[in-house]
Amino acid sequence: MPWDRNQMAARAAQELQDGWYVNLGIGIPTLVSNYIPEGVNVTLQSENGMLGMGPFPLEGEEDADLINAGKQTITELPQTAYFDSAQSFAMIRGGKIAMAILGAMEVSEAGDLANWMIPGKLVKGMGGAMDLVAGVGRVVVVMDHTNKAGESKVLKACTLPLTGKAVVNRIISNLGVLDVVPGGLKIVELADGVTEAELRAATEATLVN
Amino acid sequence: MSKTYPDARAALEGVLFDGMTIAAGGFGLCGIPELLINAIRDAGTKDITIASNNCGVDDFGLGILLKTRQIRKMISSYVGENAEFMRQYLSGELELEFNPQGTLAERMRAGGAGIPGFYTATGVGTVIAEGKDHKDFNGRTYILETGIVADLSIVKAWKADPSGNLVFRKTARNFNAPAATCGKICVAEVEEIVPLGSLDPDHIHLPGIYVHRLIQGPHEKRIEQRTVRKKESV
Repeated sequence: MPWDRNQMAARAAQELQDGWYVNLGIGIPTLVSNYIPEGVNVTLQSENGMLGMGPFPLEGEEDADLINAGKQTITELPQTAYFDSAQSFAMIRGGKIAMAILGAMEVSEAGDLANWMIPGKLVKGMGGAMDLVAGVGRVVVVMDHTNKAGESKVLKACTLPLTGKAVVNRIISNLGVLDVVPGGLKIVELADGVTEAELRAATEATLVN
Repeated sequence: MSKTYPDARAALEGVLFDGMTIAAGGFGLCGIPELLINAIRDAGTKDITIASNNCGVDDFGLGILLKTRQIRKMISSYVGENAEFMRQYLSGELELEFNPQGTLAERMRAGGAGIPGFYTATGVGTVIAEGKDHKDFNGRTYILETGIVADLSIVKAWKADPSGNLVFRKTARNFNAPAATCGKICVAEVEEIVPLGSLDPDHIHLPGIYVHRLIQGPHEKRIEQRTVRKKESV
């Protein structure tokens, strides 16, 4: 059985290291905060201007002035700090954020990432994703390995407009974990019950040993 | 000379003109200058270029100026919450310049700080870099982005004193601080104008030198996505 959304998020949480400042993207990456391992203390950055992001508020305690980058109401923690958007991206561009966990529409074997638009169809914008992939120490993407038609989203080359070129370090998909290495992608781990043959069949990108 | 005006209409008197560029604060619907946006709608100013991270929703925030067709061009990083935006953009009625969010914030900061351009690695190898000057520093490639200087900045803060010193609240600060600095004129709307001397000078987020005109709320402060935990799950 391939991993579901929560299992992918739980696996991504294993990437976190004690003391890190981390940015979690919208969607499955947001779920990662539910699975931070015991004893690992990470500070979550929200690029709209906050370090030390807390959980969703209790009913009735929502604050219109306190949201995350997905525009959801959240809460603050004792260590929280607020700042403006220029400062927020100064710390991102300046390499102070250890890791970003982001969603992906397509990833290539060279580590290219596409996750911000489908020409003529979906024109939402890149938000902070281009800045994040250019600035943070390590980029992990969490994604389904194939689209609804069963076609691979882990490609030799991306077909959609790029968010960043050669920026992805690790892919966590519903089928397993792959690293971007010289020459292609390397299988690090298989999801429970997924065979290597299944993962290979779902991958268009070059796999290397 | 007093910076305090009775309402948004009065505060925008003489600063609006067709074809102008406006920098607006806010992220999503959080910390948006909602009163000033409504007053720009009422003034009917046309062919506006707006630099703002987002464009509101269909019936609130900058979405209001889309509905009335007052916006000619948006400079934004994310416009996914606005159906009317999509419609106007895909039909070619509205011009859109996507900027990565950090590039947009830094373009405003730079414009306000007298810096006409800066190099950034953000967007290298993407459509954002097309046509822009590329330069290598220490073995890495960067692209040249330019500072934004707007005809007018419209921002929202929590508190102000009559000298224009501003204090923001939580994540409502966002683009308001850099946007305020990059306008030739900055009008700020706040929830409360407090007496001189009642703000701690060490706790001012934006000094009043950047703020030319001030008005006081009330604000609707709409929540875009109300997400909560149940009490029993605590």
